[in-house]
Amino acid sequence: MKKMKITPDKYENELLQIKKISSEMVNDCMQCGKCTAGCPATLEMDLLPHQIIRYLQLGQFHKVIESKTIWSCASCFTCAARCPRGVDLAKLMEAIRLISLRKKGNNRLNVEDVSQLMTDQKMPQQAIVSALRKYSK
Amino acid sequence: MKYSYYPGCTLKTKAQELEKFALDSANELGIELIEQKDWQCCGAVYPMGEDEIVTKLSSVRSLAAAKDRNEKLVTLCSACHHVIKRVNEDMKKKVEVREKVNNYLQLENDYKGEGEVIHFLEMMRDDFGFEQLSKKIKKSLNGRKIGAYYGCLLLRPEKDMKFDDSENPIIMENFIEALGGVAIKYPYRTECCGGYLVTENKSITEEMTNNIIRSAVMNGIEEIVTACPLCKYNLENSHQAKKNNVSVVYFTELLAESLNVK
Repeated sequence: MKKMKITPDKYENELLQIKKISSEMVNDCMQCGKCTAGCPATLEMDLLPHQIIRYLQLGQFHKVIESKTIWSCASCFTCAARCPRGVDLAKLMEAIRLISLRKKGNNRLNVEDVSQLMTDQKMPQQAIVSALRKYSK
Repeated sequence: MKYSYYPGCTLKTKAQELEKFALDSANELGIELIEQKDWQCCGAVYPMGEDEIVTKLSSVRSLAAAKDRNEKLVTLCSACHHVIKRVNEDMKKKVEVREKVNNYLQLENDYKGEGEVIHFLEMMRDDFGFEQLSKKIKKSLNGRKIGAYYGCLLLRPEKDMKFDDSENPIIMENFIEALGGVAIKYPYRTECCGGYLVTENKSITEEMTNNIIRSAVMNGIEEIVTACPLCKYNLENSHQAKKNNVSVVYFTELLAESLNVK
């Protein structure tokens, strides 16, 4: 067996921010994997939902902030509904996204891009408003 | 029965039928839904960050206005309901949010979550009663095989939404049965359709909606009802829905149809 040493990365402040924004306790997670088992949006996730929490427990913030997973999460709250330890992963995902979006220039959707979305005549306003809230600050 | 009514942005534009069928049906049943003056967009997604305040204000304005009239606030769109309901829970339980919001809004009386917001379906179940509703039916759905699609926003998180059992809900099935339809349960009825992900990555929503429709079709469902404009959009766009000719309609359309006001 290969041994490896894991040390927390340099993003201590970001980890504190996640706790502050989400008010969730990542160390309550016991890695049972129910969140991942029930997640309907894993198709393009590079890290599975329970792995996001594991990396946070191990202080590997760079892994989660660089992952595609946080942007594949649809905030459907299924993970939180099924967590036997009462950890709200949806709130953790949101906190990680917010840390990214609150940095200048990190918007993933800009107001100028909305007209492009509206070329689809049936696209409901609800989708546009949600996307602007979720992808820009 | 008289209520304050919050429509939301999509009901005035792309989902006008969701509102029209609801108002016509309510009128037929003697329920008065009075649209709030100066309602503002709810923001469509509940601001989950504990430090987000501004995005909660529009919900509080509506909640406080309904409370001042001593009326319950009724919603139709799943997203609006989700946002306003969870903000109301915050106003009840989170001291810091309550203080900051009131400090900003400077309402005549501080709002502390005393108001009540209910979804149209809850109004029918709890205030009007499904049994009473079934007596008012003029044109029964006549055994049509209908699948309820709940999605996420009405159900989860259960401790805040208090709408129904979030893993095994029954309210929409009971509603369909009251109108004379046959409500068929299928495994994916509470799974997410992908929601706003459709604006960024259509391949994910395509997979998610295909799973839902496939599950419905396998259980013999020919039409699906929903309360959410975005769910309807996503489900209708799925390959499986087109292939299997599954229609997706608002629950209010079924209601209007059976009351003969469609």
